Amino acid sequence: MQRRKFIKALFAASALALLPFRTFAAMWNTSAFQATKLQEAMAALQITNISPSNDIQMVAPDKAENGAVVQIEVTSRISNTESIAIFVENNPTALIANFLFGEGADGFVVTRIKMAETSDVLAVIKSGNRYFSAKKRVEVLENGCG
Amino acid sequence: MAENMRMRAQLKGEVTEVKVLMTHPMETGRRKNDFGDLIPANFIQLVSATLNGKQVLEAQWGTGISKNPYLTFHLRGAKVGDVLRVNWTDNQGKTGQGEIAVTSV
Repeated sequence: MQRRKFIKALFAASALALLPFRTFAAMWNTSAFQATKLQEAMAALQITNISPSNDIQMVAPDKAENGAVVQIEVTSRISNTESIAIFVENNPTALIANFLFGEGADGFVVTRIKMAETSDVLAVIKSGNRYFSAKKRVEVLENGCG
Repeated sequence: MAENMRMRAQLKGEVTEVKVLMTHPMETGRRKNDFGDLIPANFIQLVSATLNGKQVLEAQWGTGISKNPYLTFHLRGAKVGDVLRVNWTDNQGKTGQGEIAVTSV
């Protein structure tokens, strides 16, 4: 029985590997989103060798009255911006969101996030095999993670 | 269209500004109700946007996105009348969708 299960799993895995290459993942990255530490979340997204960049602009409040709703705007002027990942280092799970852009979409996003406490908010941009980042400190006056 | 989503797609010069407001509780699974019971996690995980059927954006979300998620993104090359469609799926398998035509300012 064990072996049969194993063979079944093997088949399933190889079927996945045979899927044609796609720009979009269309599958939720469980390990990245469940990671509690920033480094683990980044590793799960295969983010390595990040360079800080002035070509990324992040708009976020200096102080957030209520951590339940903190608006974050990220603009990337880096050519071929494929995705923008947003992390909050001090949240229970660090990865907030990952936005993947297709043809015709700019490297730009505005969203609203929850922050448990004062933390750096980090945006990581993927361009080819390279990663660029920008961060901003947001002081949280009232916990928003519940 | 759908009651769980409000959308707008406005052509401003060369850029189409898309704004989406979804209705969803976005429960983290760490919050307790008044009786001290944990409220199960209930949050949107995947959001997909298509323009005339071609995918232009995918968002993967964790529990850190605020209740009633809000999203703005920018598209180039869209024309008035093009159809923008947004679909979401949450961790409980529920889905939501909305559709809107691109308008001029």
